[in-house]
Amino acid sequence: MRTSLTGWGRSTHSVADVVPVNDTGEVVELVQSAPERGILARGMGRSYGDAASNGGGIVIDTAALNDVTVDGTTVRVGAGVVLADLIDELLRRGLFVPVTPGTSQVTVAGLVATDVHGKNHHVDGSWGHHVTSIDIVDGTGALRTLTPDDADPDDFWASVAGMGLTGVITSVTFTAIEVPSAHMRVTTTPFRDLDDLMQAMREADRGARYSVAWIDSVGLTGPLGRGIMSTAEHAAAPVHGAHAAPKPRARPSIPDIVPSGVLSRLSVGAFNEMWWRVSGRPRTDAIESIGSYFHPLDGVADWNRIYGRAGMVQYQFVVPDDASEVIGIALNRLRDAHAPSFLTVLKRFGPGNRAPLSFPMPGWTLALDLPAGNPRLPATLADLDSIVLDAGGRHYLAKDAHMDADAVRRGYPRLGEWRMVRDRMDPRGVFHSDLDRRLALRAPADR
Amino acid sequence: MRSGLGGVDSVLLIGGSSEIGVAIIEAMAPRQRIVLAGRPSGELDAAAARLATLAPRVDTVDFDALDLDSHGRTLAGIFGDGDIDVVVIAAGVLGDQTVFETDPRAAIEMTRVTYTGAASAALHGAALLRRQGHGHLVILSSVAADRPRPANFVYGSAKSGLDALGRGLSQALTGTGVDVTVVRPGFVRTRMTRGLTEAPLSTDADVVAAITARAVRKRQRIAYAPAPLKYVMGVIKALPEPIFRRLPLS
Ligand SMILES: Cc1cc2nc3c(=O)[nH]c(=O)nc-3n(C[C@H](O)[C@H](O)[C@H](O)COP(=O)(O)OP(=O)(O)OC[C@H]3O[C@@H](n4cnc5c(N)ncnc54)[C@H](O)[C@@H]3O)c2cc1C
Ligand SMILES: NC(=O)c1ccc[n+]([C@@H]2O[C@H](COP(=O)([O-])OP(=O)(O)OC[C@H]3O[C@@H](n4cnc5c(N)ncnc54)[C@H](OP(=O)(O)O)[C@@H]3O)[C@@H](O)[C@H]2O)c1
Repeated sequence: MRTSLTGWGRSTHSVADVVPVNDTGEVVELVQSAPERGILARGMGRSYGDAASNGGGIVIDTAALNDVTVDGTTVRVGAGVVLADLIDELLRRGLFVPVTPGTSQVTVAGLVATDVHGKNHHVDGSWGHHVTSIDIVDGTGALRTLTPDDADPDDFWASVAGMGLTGVITSVTFTAIEVPSAHMRVTTTPFRDLDDLMQAMREADRGARYSVAWIDSVGLTGPLGRGIMSTAEHAAAPVHGAHAAPKPRARPSIPDIVPSGVLSRLSVGAFNEMWWRVSGRPRTDAIESIGSYFHPLDGVADWNRIYGRAGMVQYQFVVPDDASEVIGIALNRLRDAHAPSFLTVLKRFGPGNRAPLSFPMPGWTLALDLPAGNPRLPATLADLDSIVLDAGGRHYLAKDAHMDADAVRRGYPRLGEWRMVRDRMDPRGVFHSDLDRRLALRAPADR
Repeated sequence: MRSGLGGVDSVLLIGGSSEIGVAIIEAMAPRQRIVLAGRPSGELDAAAARLATLAPRVDTVDFDALDLDSHGRTLAGIFGDGDIDVVVIAAGVLGDQTVFETDPRAAIEMTRVTYTGAASAALHGAALLRRQGHGHLVILSSVAADRPRPANFVYGSAKSGLDALGRGLSQALTGTGVDVTVVRPGFVRTRMTRGLTEAPLSTDADVVAAITARAVRKRQRIAYAPAPLKYVMGVIKALPEPIFRRLPLS
C-alpha cells in the first residue's frame, strides 16, 4: 500500500509501497522481482531521519517475522521481534539483552542494522559485539547465514551497521546476559560544571557498567552544561514486592497537531529546569525497574509530536578523547543559535568494532534533540559538522537527517571498503533508502 | 533527497536561463546537482556559469517549450540520472498586449509557451516526482492570473490556466509525497519586463527567490512576491467590477 513514511524526527517524508512479509520465502520473491526504485527493510521506524524510508520503492514490513527461541543464553529471534516483547520474555528467564537503546520500541534487526549502542558501551560494546550469526537475503535473492568470524565475515560486518543496504535480515542470533533481577541499582550525581561532570564520567568508565549523563542545554537558572550523571548496575537480589517484568501501562499521548511554536526556548528551558530539579537530587543505589531506567520516554506515546509540523532532528556525534572540548563548543554554538535542545545526552564510548559503518569509537558522544524549523540550524549544524570532522569524529547515520555526502566520507574512512562488499552482496542494486540517496552511499568514494 | 532541515540536494529549472529561476536556485543552494533545461543560448550558458560554484554538478539540457513531443523523453532522462528534489517551471513569455489585440496569432503563440509548454513540463515533472515518491513542484504563475485587466489579460489568461493547473495538481498529488507551490510574483525587474513602466510594489528576482525557497521549506501551496501583494490582490479580487474598472491599472 502506498504509504507516507517518516522517521522518528518527522522531518523527512516520502511515499513508498509498504509490503508486509510473512516468511523468508516472500522476502526472496520481493528481492527477485524488485522494482527500479528498489527495496528496503523497515523495523519500527525509530531511526530519526530517512534511514528506513525508500521513496517510490518498496518498504518491507518485518513485523510478522517474530519467532523467539531461547537455548541457555543463546537467543534466536526473527528480524521483526520488538525489543519490549523480547525483554519481557528474557527477564522471565533471568536473562537480558546485552545492549539496549533509549527506547524499547525497536526491532532486533533494526538494532543490528544500525549497530546500536547503550549506556554500557564503554564496557560491553555495541550490538554487533554480541551477535553470533544473522540470516540475510542478499541482493541476488540468496538466503545466507553470516557470522562474525567464519561464514563470510566481511559480509557479516558490512551488514552490521549496514543500514539495510546489504540485504534483508530475517533472523538474528545473539548471546543474552544473565541478570539477577529485573531491577537496577542507580546512583545519580549532579554537577554544576561540565568539566567536573566529564571528569567524573571518565572515572566512572572503570567502575560502572552503565553510565550516562543528562545535560542542561539551556541553563535557564544555572550554568549551561550543568548535568546529572547516572551510573547503574543490575540489582543483585530480586527486589521485594516488585514485578518480574515492567507491566505495560496506558500511555499518555501527545496530540497529532501541535503548533510549531510550542517548543520555545523558554518552554524547553523550563523543561530542562524541571528535569534538573526532579532528577538532579543526588541518590545512591536507588532501586529502579529495568523499564524506567533504560526506557523512560516509552511512558509517553508519540512524544516526538511535540515538535509540531516541522519536526525535529537529533544531532548525535562522537569525538575522540583528545577532542573533548568539542562537547562544550557544540553546546555553546547551539545556545547562540537559539536552538534549545529538549533532551541532551552525553555518553562515553569504549573501543569500536569491525563494522566499517559502525558509529562508536573511543571518546565522547553527545546527542541533542533540536527543532527542525529553526532557521539558524542549517548553518549552525554545518559549522559543527566541520568542527566534529576536523577533530576526527563522525555522525550517527541512524539519527541523521541533515548531513551531506562529504561528511560521511570524512567521518567514515572505511566507506570505500563497505561499498565494495555492498556491491558484491547486491550486484544489481536492489537495496535503496532515502538516506542512501541523500548521502550518495553507493557512488564511488571520489567523485 | 531533501534534508530534515529543508536543505535541497537537486533542482531542475525549466526555462534554464530565467532570471527568477536562477535566483531561486541560488536561494535554495542545492548541495549536489543543478539542471538547467532551456533553449541553447548565451544566456543559458551564462546562467550555468553563474551557478557553477554552487553545486558539484551543474548541467544544461536542451529543452524547447514548443517541442511538446520531446518533453517526456527529456525530463525522464534528467530524472534517470538521479532524483530531483525540486522542479521549477519558469519558462514563459510576456509578449505585447497591444500586438495581441490586433494579431491573435501572436497571442496564441505566446500562450503556446506560457501555458501549453509550461503545463506540459509541469505535468511530466509531476508524474516523475510522483514516481520517486518525494519532491516539490514550483510553478511560476503571476498576479496577472488573479484578475484580468486591460494591460495584460492575454498573458493573464495563460497564467490563469497554469495557476489552476498548479492548484489542481497540488490537491491531486496529496499523499504521493509530492508538494506543489504556485508562486504569484508582481512586477519583477528582469529582462522580461525591461523597458516597461514599473507597477506599484515592484520587486527584484532575489526577493521572489527568497519567498519561494521559504514557501517550499514550509510546504505552502501559494506564495505571493513581494508578500504584501497577498493582501493587495485579496482586495483587488473582491472589488466590484465598476470600481475595478475605474482603477488606473491598465
Ligand atoms: C527515543 C529513542 C532513543 C534512542 N536511543 C538510542 C541509543 O541509546 N543508542 C542507539 O544506538 N540508538 C538509539 N536510538 C536509535 C534506534 O535505536 C535505532 O534507530 C534503531 O535502528 C531503531 O530500530 P527500528 O526497528 O525502529 O529500525 P528502523 O528505524 O525501522 O530502521 C533502521 C535501519 O535499520 C534497517 N533495518 C530495519 N530492519 C531491517 C532488516 N530486517 N534487515 C536489514 N535492515 C533492517 C533499516 O533499513 C534502517 O536503515 C534511539 C531512538 C529513539 C527514538
Ligand atoms: N518578471 C516579471 O515581472 C514576472 C512577473 C510574474 C511572473 N513572471 C514569470 O516568471 C517566469 C520567469 O520570468 P523571468 O522574469 O525570470 O524572465 P526571463 O528571464 O525572461 O525568463 C523566462 C524564461 O522562459 C524561457 N523561454 C521562453 N520561451 C521558451 C521556449 N520556447 N522554450 C523554452 N524556454 C523558453 C526563456 O528562455 P530563453 O532564454 O531561451 O528565451 C527564459 O528562460 C516566467 O514564467 C514569467 O512569466 C515574471
